[in-house]
Amino acid sequence: MIDNKNLKDKTLGDALRSQGISRRSFLKFCAATASMMALPPSMIPAIAEALEKAKKPSVIWLSFQECTGCTESLTRAHTATIENLIFDSISLDYHHTLQAASGEAAEEARTEAMKENWGEYLLVVDGSIPTKDMGYSTIAGMSNLDMFLETAAGAAAIISVGTCAAFGGIPHAYPNPTGAYSVYDIIKKYGDQKVDGVTSATITNASNGRVSDKPIITVPGCPPIPVVITGVLTHYLTFGSIPELDHLGRPKAFYGSSIHDRCYRRPFYDKGLFAETFDDEGAKKGWCLYKLGCKGPTTYNACATTKWNNGTSFPIESGHPCLGCSEPDFWDGGGFYKALSIPTIDIASASIYAAAGAAAAGVAIGALNKKKKQSAISDHSKTTIDDLEKQ
Amino acid sequence: MSGSSIEQFNIQGSNDLTWNVMPLLHQIKHALQNLLENNVSEIIDLRSIPLAPGEEDRLLEILGEGEVSAQLNALGLSDVTETQYTGVWLVTHHNDENEIISRHIEITYIPEILLSQKEDISLAYDRLAISLDEK
Repeated sequence: MIDNKNLKDKTLGDALRSQGISRRSFLKFCAATASMMALPPSMIPAIAEALEKAKKPSVIWLSFQECTGCTESLTRAHTATIENLIFDSISLDYHHTLQAASGEAAEEARTEAMKENWGEYLLVVDGSIPTKDMGYSTIAGMSNLDMFLETAAGAAAIISVGTCAAFGGIPHAYPNPTGAYSVYDIIKKYGDQKVDGVTSATITNASNGRVSDKPIITVPGCPPIPVVITGVLTHYLTFGSIPELDHLGRPKAFYGSSIHDRCYRRPFYDKGLFAETFDDEGAKKGWCLYKLGCKGPTTYNACATTKWNNGTSFPIESGHPCLGCSEPDFWDGGGFYKALSIPTIDIASASIYAAAGAAAAGVAIGALNKKKKQSAISDHSKTTIDDLEKQ
Repeated sequence: MSGSSIEQFNIQGSNDLTWNVMPLLHQIKHALQNLLENNVSEIIDLRSIPLAPGEEDRLLEILGEGEVSAQLNALGLSDVTETQYTGVWLVTHHNDENEIISRHIEITYIPEILLSQKEDISLAYDRLAISLDEK
């Protein structure tokens, strides 16, 4: 029988071979992985080489003020075989919802995983962290804040899964009764404080436990697209490093383009063809949903290409505007059915005169959209039944 | 939504080639030229392109089916088909629930996934040798 140490030291290539998986199957796995990580197919040989040597990382998953939608999304990822292989390739040592252990045994699993993999484990967080009254959310008598800081101290990197962990999400929405913070804001506020408790008691070398030094990857969405979650985990598993991130800590491979720029309805926008109501001719012909409140122009995510439900479609393809759920404060960003801004010029006519100035016009409209969004946030405007019954 | 509405919603419902179909066909043409002149293969991941409803079907309809069609059973089924344009292959990987997990257009002499792999041949040799020894 193979002991645990040997099992831990096995590479992914070893693990797959021991399961009787052929090289051809492994290449198929790599092709699907490249697609999942939004990497070009030319990277398949490099992925195959890296995955051959990849070691099984320990993952600790903490759930705080959340609805479990992110875990639901992940466990319903459609690439079942591939996800199984990936989950066989990581050691998910702690996850409230998925683990069999409960009570003290569960908490022991977390501290043991931390002790054995100090400085090397991945910490995945879903949910925001309350700061107004620690009693709002506790696990095994420990406040979310204490558990997060203690666990983050020994992590190699932190992955904030879902908009609640990434930006505060719905708990952080006005009036934010629990004083909810995102992972990033918690680290900014508390990252330099001394971490007591289990960490200092069980970890002999806590000198590298400065939480504020930890790289953070944010994977927002309400919930995030399943393959985006697994894509980020797989990137770390494959290359042992974090992917390239944007200014909000989001992997550029998935959040590098706006929904608007990758939307198949974009040509209708450019021609000035909009659905005005949900049942008019424009809606039936699949025209742009901008005037019905689509937040695609200010939202960065992979929905338009990766899509949902086994690649079936995404909200806009189903005839509904994008809500902007992967952006900060989307819940306070104005009514879901209120247009970001209605262009005051005829876009189609303007484009005849100013083809060369299209980029500038786009920037100007984009700036107007952002201003409108900020203004809506400060006004806390609400969606009313009138919005839904647009004339 | 009525049936006619769905039909209208299908952007590639007409014979006109719009948006992504025509540029993709041009990309495939250039890739074929590159294969012929420089022996360089290319793979296009259809999942990375924001295809409108109907566009993928239209593209595949235009590419059609050629002389070779193969099915693999490796972590779920995979369909490998040479299109009517020799050297242009459609490779569709399914998981074990028969859901599509990736779909590539490969412009190459033969997709790598069809080739027997050295590691698998080595294992096959060992297995056969053991089997013969037992007899």
